[in-house]
Amino acid sequence: MSNSVSALNGENVKGFVQVSELGLQGMITLRANLSTPKVKKAIKDVTGVLVPKMRQILHDGDNSIGWMSPDELLILCPHSGAEAMVTALNDALGKTHALVINVSDARAMFAVKGADARDAMAKLAPTDFGMGFQPGEIRRSRLAQVAGAFWMVDQETFNVVCFRSVARYMFDVLAVSAEKGGEVGYF
Amino acid sequence: MSTRLPNAGRLIDASKQIEFSFNGKRLKGYEGDTLASALLANDQMLVGRSFKYHRPRGIVASGAEEPNALMNMGEGGQFEPNQRATTTELFDGLAAKSQNHWPSLDFDVGAINTHLARFLPAGFYYKMFIHPRPFWKHVYEPIIRKSAGLGRAPKDRDQDRYEHFYTFVDVLVVGGGVAGLQAALAAGQSGANVLLIEQTADWGGRAQVDGGEVDGKPVADWIASTLKALDDLPNVTRRDRLMGAGVYDHGYALGYERVNDHTPSNAGPRHRLWRIRAKQIVTATGAIERPLSFAGNDIPGVMLASAVRDYAVNFGVSVGDRTVVVTNNDDAYLTAIAMKNAGLDVPAILDARASANGDLVQQAIDMGIRLEFGRAIAAVKGGKRVTGVKVCAQIGEGAVLSEIDCEVVAMSGGWSPVVHLWSHCGGKLNWDVEQQMFRPDATRPPTSHDGEAMVTVAGIANGYLDLNNVLQDADQAGKNAAKAAGSKPKTAKAPTASEATISPMEPVWLMPQGAPIKKRMKAWLDFQNDVKVSDVQLAAQEGYESVEHTKRYTTLGMATDQGKLSNINGLAVLSKALNADIPQVGTTTFRPPYTPISMGAIAGEARGKVFQPLRRTPIHDWNMANGADPEPVGQWHRPFAYVEQGETVHEAVNREVLNTRQNLGLLDASTLGKIIVKGPDAGKFLDMMYTNMMSSLKPGKCRYGLVCTENGFLMDDGVVARIDDDTYLCHTTTGGADRIHAHMEEWLQTEWWDWKVYTANVTEQFAQIAVVGPNARKVLEKLGGMDVSKEALPFMTWADGIIGGFDCRAYRISFSGELSYEIAVPASQGQAFWDALIEAGQEFGVMPYGTETLHILRAEKGFIMIGDESDGTVIPQDLNLQWAISKKKEDFLGKRAQLRSHMADPDRWKLVGLETLDGSVLPDGAYVVADGTNANGQRNMIGRVTSTYYSATLDRGIAMGLVLHGPDRMGEVLDIPKTDGTIIKTRIVDPVIYDKDGEKQNV
Amino acid sequence: MLILDCPYCGTSADETELSPGGEAHIKRYGPGSSDTDFEGYLFGRENPKGVHFERWRHANGCGKWFHAARCTMTLEVFGTYAAQTFEPPQEIKDKISAKRPGWSWRDFS
Repeated sequence: MSNSVSALNGENVKGFVQVSELGLQGMITLRANLSTPKVKKAIKDVTGVLVPKMRQILHDGDNSIGWMSPDELLILCPHSGAEAMVTALNDALGKTHALVINVSDARAMFAVKGADARDAMAKLAPTDFGMGFQPGEIRRSRLAQVAGAFWMVDQETFNVVCFRSVARYMFDVLAVSAEKGGEVGYF
Repeated sequence: MSTRLPNAGRLIDASKQIEFSFNGKRLKGYEGDTLASALLANDQMLVGRSFKYHRPRGIVASGAEEPNALMNMGEGGQFEPNQRATTTELFDGLAAKSQNHWPSLDFDVGAINTHLARFLPAGFYYKMFIHPRPFWKHVYEPIIRKSAGLGRAPKDRDQDRYEHFYTFVDVLVVGGGVAGLQAALAAGQSGANVLLIEQTADWGGRAQVDGGEVDGKPVADWIASTLKALDDLPNVTRRDRLMGAGVYDHGYALGYERVNDHTPSNAGPRHRLWRIRAKQIVTATGAIERPLSFAGNDIPGVMLASAVRDYAVNFGVSVGDRTVVVTNNDDAYLTAIAMKNAGLDVPAILDARASANGDLVQQAIDMGIRLEFGRAIAAVKGGKRVTGVKVCAQIGEGAVLSEIDCEVVAMSGGWSPVVHLWSHCGGKLNWDVEQQMFRPDATRPPTSHDGEAMVTVAGIANGYLDLNNVLQDADQAGKNAAKAAGSKPKTAKAPTASEATISPMEPVWLMPQGAPIKKRMKAWLDFQNDVKVSDVQLAAQEGYESVEHTKRYTTLGMATDQGKLSNINGLAVLSKALNADIPQVGTTTFRPPYTPISMGAIAGEARGKVFQPLRRTPIHDWNMANGADPEPVGQWHRPFAYVEQGETVHEAVNREVLNTRQNLGLLDASTLGKIIVKGPDAGKFLDMMYTNMMSSLKPGKCRYGLVCTENGFLMDDGVVARIDDDTYLCHTTTGGADRIHAHMEEWLQTEWWDWKVYTANVTEQFAQIAVVGPNARKVLEKLGGMDVSKEALPFMTWADGIIGGFDCRAYRISFSGELSYEIAVPASQGQAFWDALIEAGQEFGVMPYGTETLHILRAEKGFIMIGDESDGTVIPQDLNLQWAISKKKEDFLGKRAQLRSHMADPDRWKLVGLETLDGSVLPDGAYVVADGTNANGQRNMIGRVTSTYYSATLDRGIAMGLVLHGPDRMGEVLDIPKTDGTIIKTRIVDPVIYDKDGEKQNV
Repeated sequence: MLILDCPYCGTSADETELSPGGEAHIKRYGPGSSDTDFEGYLFGRENPKGVHFERWRHANGCGKWFHAARCTMTLEVFGTYAAQTFEPPQEIKDKISAKRPGWSWRDFS
């Protein structure tokens, strides 16, 4: 519907890196036995993206799939297409034991963009943001006091996903980390 | 007088003058000064008063070990007490005030205590103020609290910001002296990812002052070239003003970075707490010089020998024209030599040893410095500063042989390696008899997750006092650490320094060794806490054999400096008094942090608006803009009531209750948990999770269910909707969403992992709005799009559809006893849907209502609330919920526990309604009392109030409670006392007091 | 501050990502069990100084429960393994035997 709004309606702030809420983003949680050919095929057929391996995130066009746990994927797609994709996945999976559910509105997504994006992220998550962390990897962890998942879009950009109810907290805490004068110059 | 020397020190920029103030006095210093060096340059020798006797105290040290020069720093939102002047870098506008004196530093009333010192020995407070008992609380403690303490507590909110920083490295090297640099280089050259941290802004450590040659060049050149080599290695990072504060389990270390202490006007955080995970940690933390214990060793002007030369070399500050050096080792000769080189006078070196012939001794002789062996200080002359010393023989009892006029006494009792970080996580120490110091025992290191050593100590901290050994040891430490972290060290040899001849030091724990009590009472061990040799001896005499007990009895080594100067001397005195060896007495426990770190750094970013996460529903902003009185529920802020202008909260609640009963109320129920449970075994699984049968629920229908713990206690409740054959949606309480989801996953993952069930927490996918009241159907029909009639959507069913253009799922469930729908729409449309309901509802008298109205409506219906009627000790049977407990099921979580004898006890308190005879509202949590008392002499209790409200519907108080044999005692009148002792007469009634037959919700 | 390797997502998880779940390998006793068995199941726990088996959940991570074999005294971690098992893998038991000869814990040794 046209009256849909994301948690922070695209708010953004510029510190030594830019923090932006990315607006409406389609997201689907898929739980299934990811090693079976039928599941792999269904996912590839519907999304165009292969099933990622452990801690991998794969992209193809508008769609991405992130590995969340051994039996759970996060599928990213355009917000308006999420419901249809859930139906298509359910159809493709047929009687296979699986759970496919639209969680687009249960989440918020952010970009942390700038040359020192790694520094800003390393203030919040107990994760190694050294050069070992590269685009293609998705990590679930804790950002300050809330759970989140993040991955790199390119060498200067992280995307961060969290629950919608804590979107304001996540934005504020990222903004505090990105405040000018707080450059660490470490990574 | 202490003054600035004409030749500038190596750290200061004499072309850049800085203004600062001390006790309101405007003073000048230079860029590169510490507050301590700038104070000394301004002849401010007196910097504070001691803790107990209020004796005048001057600067003793030049680094983190300083016990005396603690300042109240800054003002207002930047005020902070107990800041060490020696580690405070001077900046323009710095404002410092001395502590622990009244009315002024120069004239202090408390100094009377020094004349009473004879009557204030160790343990004085413990002994004196214990009788009479009541005096402690009302007389002694308030007075002692007023006169005790160092700095003032800040009054204003801290205006600075702070942050954390997580980093993962192969090798963390703590300390930027020669050892740290070489260890970092050796580790870095092996390819390991290295972080090298130094607590000051100056690299090279003591070698910058004490000199020496490395590979035939001055050590300063080697430091410069090594820093460059480190900077050229991409895998090495070095950071200054970053102190290694603590070492913890599994290679976790804390670093305390003082980002803007020296530039307070800069943007950015003041401190940054580095949370470091290192595979290996090398501590190259150097050593701290020990004072000597002689009468008057606390008079301003008596300083550590190393500090005296630090001020001269680093800051171009002369502490006084004439310096007497008193020592038991060669190292202090460096001070005599440095003073001479600076053009200052050294009247004598008093060496307690019978003889010495090391290189430095020879150099002093060659420079013509007067040297007296076997000598000690009998007493220091002077009050607020040193005017001279009386000299005696070390082996005697203090008969004065001569007097020497001087302004400075530079003392050295030897060096103690800084073993704090090694010891924090369990590294053990050995006593080195030859060097009279505790050294790390490499065979008993702190171990990590793999059971292997995780800390290596390098250089002076490892007990190697001469430059060449420092380099060799540090090189090896760096290579070993890199290897243990998985890198392959290069075979390159370490640089070498020329080996010096050093004459052995001699233990001197008291000067002179036979000093009588009058002298021992003036020989300070702990300058900060006013502990003297005589106090420790008294403690030993009174039976305090454990060093930990002695510490607490005498206060030796307590407070902000944690005994950096005093511990070894103190336990040496104790061991002598106990006639035991030093290693037998042992040390007190080294605990992090190494020096105090700010509370702000520990809190990090978590303050102000990001102090803690606040969860928001899609309608949160509207709620707050429309008078919501926020009530914290978990991390949510739900509206307690929507308060209109001119209304009290209580009036708002009453209005909401009546309006919902009579017209139409809207509740933002988005916070209620929604968990999807799907799979061929979903029904079987939910039959285990809930006390009642869920597998028999038909698709399209709803059923109220109870969740118990395996202990049998009620944990959560909610309405379960069966979506299709394989799929259920389980509603939970607001606080239960994450907990119940985790509970389900725990059982699925760890007990029934072969069951085919998947769960997903979709709480936040939906905005859920309860549309409640006689007009509920009308407003939905007005919005249109789906049949919400009694026939199409009967009570306890659900249906998908469209209302007012919104895709939704409508549940016919009621927690209020009214005609009620809970409508779930996607969260992104929650606000729009709410707006549509408010607009369409105008003609039906719509009003939003909050959690208090929700509570009252449910209490009028006798519905329980998790957290009110349940508290973790209540089982469903207590709440007369047997109807929701399946008798057919063989098993469910809690079933076995509910069969235990105590659970089946007929004397368990049971839920009833409570009606006050006078119509008043019972106090929440009040107890129902019976005659007689229990074994503890307390009034017998036979029940308690679990929920109590004013019901606007009935215009009187309503309540529920758990009462002994309650359901069998309908109509009985109970006594419920208030805290003021008065009794409220209360009748036991049916908990359901509104619409007992449920006709209103089922229309 | 422990670090434990999550066997499900392969990360070395900081303790602040984890939530503890008490003792591992506890057998459930339900309806029909004796009072003694049920009491042992609910309340009987080991409290060893040394080798111990525990449950942990990668709560701020992949969300999965796993088991850890750990020394409660030195905090040495002998290994982590999936929760879907009734006993520790032989490989971990061997590792413990090599480091702590003669160890035993409930029925394992």
